[in-house]
Amino acid sequence: MLRISGERVRFAVETVAGSVPQARKASYRPLRDAHGDVVDHGLVLFFPAPASFTGEDVAEFHIHGSRAVLSRLLSVLTALPGLRLAEAGEFTRRAFEAGKLDLAAVEGLADLIDSETEWQRRQALRQMEGALGRAAAAWRAGLIRAMTRLEAEIDFSDEGDVGGPLIAEAVADAQAVAVSLRAALGSFAAGERVREGFLVVLVGAPNAGKSSLLNALARRDVAIVSPAAGTTRDAIEVRLDLGGIPVVLVDTAGLRESADPVEAEGVRRARERAASADLVLRLQPPDSEPERQDGDGREIIVATKIDLGARADACDVAVSAVTGAGLPELIALIAARLSDRQQAEPALVTRERQRLAVADAVAAIERAGALPHAMPELIAEELRLAVRALERLIGKVDVEDVLDSLFSGFCIGK
Amino acid sequence: MSDTQASGHYDVVVVGGGHAGAEAAAAAARAGARTALVTQQLATIGAMSCNPAIGGLGKGHLVREIDALDGIMARCADQGGIQFRMLNRRKGPAVRGPRAQADRKLYREAVQGALAAQTGLTVIEGEAFDLEVIADRVTGVALADGRRFDCGTVVLTTGTFLRGLIHIGETRIPAGRVGEAPSLGLSATLERHGFPLGRLKTGTPPRLDGRTIDWASLEMQSGDEPPEPFSMMTAAITTPQISCGVTRTTLATHELIRANLHRAPMFSGQIEGRGPRYCPSIEDKVGRFGDRDGHQIFLEPEGLDDPTVYPNGISTSLPEDVQLGLLKTIPGLERAAMLRPGYAIEYDYVDPRALRPTLETRAIAGLFLAGQINGTTGYEEAAAQGLLAGLNAARRAGGAEPVALDRTQSYIGVMVDDLVTRGVTEPYRMFTSRAEFRLSLRVDNADERLTPLGIALGVVGSSRGEHFARRQSEIVKLTEVLRERSVSPSEAAAAGLELNRDGIRRSAFQILSYPTIDFAALVRVWPDLADVPQAVRERVAADATYAVYLDRQAAEIASYQRDQALALPDDLDLDGISGLSNELRSKLRAAWPDNLAQAGRIEGMTPAALTLLAAHARKHQARAAASAEA
Repeated sequence: MLRISGERVRFAVETVAGSVPQARKASYRPLRDAHGDVVDHGLVLFFPAPASFTGEDVAEFHIHGSRAVLSRLLSVLTALPGLRLAEAGEFTRRAFEAGKLDLAAVEGLADLIDSETEWQRRQALRQMEGALGRAAAAWRAGLIRAMTRLEAEIDFSDEGDVGGPLIAEAVADAQAVAVSLRAALGSFAAGERVREGFLVVLVGAPNAGKSSLLNALARRDVAIVSPAAGTTRDAIEVRLDLGGIPVVLVDTAGLRESADPVEAEGVRRARERAASADLVLRLQPPDSEPERQDGDGREIIVATKIDLGARADACDVAVSAVTGAGLPELIALIAARLSDRQQAEPALVTRERQRLAVADAVAAIERAGALPHAMPELIAEELRLAVRALERLIGKVDVEDVLDSLFSGFCIGK
Repeated sequence: MSDTQASGHYDVVVVGGGHAGAEAAAAAARAGARTALVTQQLATIGAMSCNPAIGGLGKGHLVREIDALDGIMARCADQGGIQFRMLNRRKGPAVRGPRAQADRKLYREAVQGALAAQTGLTVIEGEAFDLEVIADRVTGVALADGRRFDCGTVVLTTGTFLRGLIHIGETRIPAGRVGEAPSLGLSATLERHGFPLGRLKTGTPPRLDGRTIDWASLEMQSGDEPPEPFSMMTAAITTPQISCGVTRTTLATHELIRANLHRAPMFSGQIEGRGPRYCPSIEDKVGRFGDRDGHQIFLEPEGLDDPTVYPNGISTSLPEDVQLGLLKTIPGLERAAMLRPGYAIEYDYVDPRALRPTLETRAIAGLFLAGQINGTTGYEEAAAQGLLAGLNAARRAGGAEPVALDRTQSYIGVMVDDLVTRGVTEPYRMFTSRAEFRLSLRVDNADERLTPLGIALGVVGSSRGEHFARRQSEIVKLTEVLRERSVSPSEAAAAGLELNRDGIRRSAFQILSYPTIDFAALVRVWPDLADVPQAVRERVAADATYAVYLDRQAAEIASYQRDQALALPDDLDLDGISGLSNELRSKLRAAWPDNLAQAGRIEGMTPAALTLLAAHARKHQARAAASAEA
């Protein structure tokens, strides 16, 4: 669920959900991005000010829960003018400020809030000890160094002992940081995979045994399995732990041209999922012609229903969902292929919040780089914004940090 | 103006006649209070005890803000200034800073003249020795000679006089300034009332006889032509202008200093107080940046008819014989005579976290502190605090609520907020980088930011009020005209202005924000703009330059002001707030934030803790409102 609060709520709901639904009534809507493409269908609730949690206009989007959808909707919303991610505790804080909560309610919430920040503190600590913390500290140090040069140029320009091409050095320092920030953004997709799970898609002709295999791997009934072709009309997801590797296994509609519009839509979606998959399991039932479409190791050919008549030729592994034969070999093969695809270095930026913070910092540095050197105060302002963006990753920066760095690096004082 | 009466009653008594005291006394009297200024020596009122200069980067902003509130510093500097320079002239208008070297005597005379001309102000020579306090409220001031004055409020501006101790090499002399006795009684008074005192240090270079300097061998630096005054009320600078010499220390200087470091009180452990990092002694510079082949020295004449020269850049507390020796290693100073040696001075200051943002002490009602006593350095920082403290002392004495200035509005607000929220670890000096909203806090719009407030508070005289209204209407009119007029890229090209050829019409205001387009370019498109006076052009061009950034900052400012508006009451029961960590509780007790914005600037503050504070403050307000009704 995503909740938004503030003056721009009506605008945001109109933009994403078409119009503002009746107050306090759940309404099922397609949610669209800036291009009008549907992100998801979901329940939209609107609570006009002042009768809302925060006392401001509030809207809630109840969506289908996949992290990818949540992350996408978050990007769509934060891209709108006047919308940003809430600071920790900000909704509660706004509620207090609007006088919506009395002291008893506050104290009731205090434990909750505290555990939230304690969790945040622990999480921040973990990040500080980890790779993102080290990287963020280095980015911050780079930006502080750049700001130090700018402030030396601005506040101590009348001193003969401070000199040199300070502004050019500052911009170069900042751009070096931007290079590293962009690389971190580049690793976002990979990092997200590690966190969200590798996407493994089952494809094959109708009735090739995809649902049966999925169920056998998941050891529970998740898809409707029936002998009639075209039973599975939509993608069905199962999260699996295959030898320690997080996997999202997706069953797709049988790939055949269909006149039924619902089934055709299922097929279209299956092709889309298969295109973005980390690994495709292409199922070959005994009566089909062998086919291999992909030579880049992204595909495993699985011969199915070997209990009905084995054909082990031209396939990577042969299984029977009924007897369980071949399943351990299939799991080992999936794990082997995926571990090849794991990065040597873990990704730095793995969450949408982190990605937004880093992207904001990059944008500010890019604007700084385009400014004339005759206006160092504007360059400094952009770098201040970049540092503020990174603050969201590692905590607070202060003018004292810049001054400390300045006094230790330059001989200042007449 | 001077008064030798044995006693008397005043609304406001200001103790100290330095830059803070003079500004405080003038402001209190402008605000309508019967005011007395008590100082050890009438002759030293307005004395510049360190370098003979006013303004600079950040500091120039403070001077313009003092002027916007009709204070005296800017006008006096215009009368005493003998070399004016606009620093950062080639950078953007937000970071320009006016600076002037001043003739010590002319400046002092200007200050004394301004105080003499101020109605409602009496100047008294004498040493304030003790404060009379009844039930945590100040009621009077006792002088060392037995005189005493009843008063409503007191402003203490004792500078470096609180247990001042001068160091020259191994020699130690108790003094407030060279040749002036320290103030011991008031230190004891403050200690008795439980004020947290600390120790700071500052220094000054030796003074030279200009007639013994080889000027012909030196590079000279002159001021701006024409000089730009500090004050909106000064039409032109009429004092004759001079040039300064520039020289450098040499490797021989550095060797001599290194050989004598053990005799420097800074390094021998004789000095306990912390000195400012941005105003290091020459022995400090050599110690920390030993690889440099020289450090710059500006040779600043102290007056038009005074041979004394202030060698800016070699502040030192080395023994006198070493000081003489090092002069001989500096080009141009080989034969220079030393009029008096440089020295370091240690003094007591009060931890400014003991103050409210109005500069009134929390412990004693009606007692205000301003200037170096609060841990700052610099004439401008002192004067700006003096003005705020004097204004508030007058309001307090007259039964009105004291006022605070905020960070979004002025450098004065930034400084006072830094002081009362953070305290100090070294003498505090203003820099433009301390102001997060510096693009909107400019020297060219100080009047727009503060003069209306000054008028509302009754400290701005009618002639400035009228001048401000005239200037402001010209600015508003020009801004409207520039926002209404627009030009297409091809029309602009016809007038010789190159814009992006996208066919989009842009307003004159918008294109004025482009770094490549100045006001003269607009005049080529719209010839009738040629009549706009230079000051108005520059002011509107500065607004245009930063317009897009100011829009972006607006949300940040609004959120800051929302937090600022939520006052945290003095009697907020921190122990009664469950969910606050002990660490934060003790930090809150040390800083005593007055509002949520200040609390948010305390190191280690969490969103959850802020939320709790906000909730309790609201509850408290509601309870207070309910009991007021009952």
